[in-house]
Amino acid sequence: MSQSYNRGTVEDFGRWREFTAGMWAWIFHKFTGWVLVGYLFTHIAVLSTAVGVDPASAQAGSDLYTSTISGLESLLIVRFLEVGLLAVAVFHILNGIRLLMVDLGVGLESQDKSFYASLLLTGAIVVASVPTFLGGKLA
Amino acid sequence: MSTQIEQQETETEADEETEPEVESPGDRRRAQRDERQAQEQAQREVEEETLDDEDTITLKVFRYDPEVEGKQEPRFDDFRVPFHKGMTILDALIYARDHYDSSLTFRHSCRQAVCGSDALFVNGRQRLGCKTQISELDDPIRIEPLPHQEVVKDLVVDMEHFYDQMEAVEPYFDADETPDDKLEEQRQTRENREKVKMSTRCIWCGACMSSCNIAAGDNEYLGPAAINKAYRFAMDEREGENRKQERLRIIEQEHGVWRCQTQFSCTEVCPKDIPLTEHIQELKREAVKNNLKFW
Repeated sequence: MSQSYNRGTVEDFGRWREFTAGMWAWIFHKFTGWVLVGYLFTHIAVLSTAVGVDPASAQAGSDLYTSTISGLESLLIVRFLEVGLLAVAVFHILNGIRLLMVDLGVGLESQDKSFYASLLLTGAIVVASVPTFLGGKLA
Repeated sequence: MSTQIEQQETETEADEETEPEVESPGDRRRAQRDERQAQEQAQREVEEETLDDEDTITLKVFRYDPEVEGKQEPRFDDFRVPFHKGMTILDALIYARDHYDSSLTFRHSCRQAVCGSDALFVNGRQRLGCKTQISELDDPIRIEPLPHQEVVKDLVVDMEHFYDQMEAVEPYFDADETPDDKLEEQRQTRENREKVKMSTRCIWCGACMSSCNIAAGDNEYLGPAAINKAYRFAMDEREGENRKQERLRIIEQEHGVWRCQTQFSCTEVCPKDIPLTEHIQELKREAVKNNLKFW
């Protein structure tokens, strides 16, 4: 008996030349999903350690929560990360709607068009959000 | 093709000449082989030189054979093949095999996209060799065996697992009631025929299974072709209720329809244009409906 040659996963992936719309949608959906999970835990960790109830300092705007948020907002990198987060979230939502349609069996022939549409819409929303995120004065 | 005739001639000559000597048969065969290879090489060089540069194409073909020393390490061989209008990948491979290297191994049979033997990985995508026009592809054309299946030799992959999956969904009719008259046909409405029409076109080429990277990571996943087969019978109105329930139980298991993550890769590569993802999605809904009970 001849033994057969095992090609392994790395080689398999490297030889792929043509990804189609559905495959890209799947890859982006996985990627954005993991980014959102990562953000969720960071979000919980940062905010749960920044909660301190002290009415007097809250009144003066110098309590832990306010100073944490304004401290973060004063960093340019955080502003850019916010734009990125919006992009990731918007794509995940729009592609999620697309997948819902696919699961319901609606418009499966135009699944590639709906993927491109969700990409374009994501791009438009992100561009429109740039003034809001980057506009404010860095403290 | 001409090489074969020459080969016979040299064999008979050599037999007569070397009989009185104490040379072993192995030596003689080796000598003959060397001579033949040299001849073939010379012939190939001549043929390649005479080819006009403008209407030739270059094939880069995956070569591997565990039984031949020197081919155990996978490599790519280049073949320059004359191009003519309407030429398919399979035509080019047949030309390369017949004129250059008779050991080039690939499956083919009907040459008209019916038998499903020659699904190949051409320029980074699963295609049916006999259905793919060379004029549509970029030169050089890279031909490899189907990914995610084990390579037996050159372009031949082991299809056993694929066939097992196809049979796992019990792809046959088991009608509850047949017509009283034995000669009577089991009739189907036109609408129902239209519903299953596309799913009946499967030629078992395995391109979809190879393109699905869920199937690549999960060997137990039935795969698009097998689920399509299940669809073909589950959606047919002539199918008996018991068999339908049994088949639904098979496909709604963990490694059944629910593994599909709607990448649409299978639908893209299917040479018979079967809307595989649509059928898988419909079976998902069917499986849910079958299990939902509100009373």
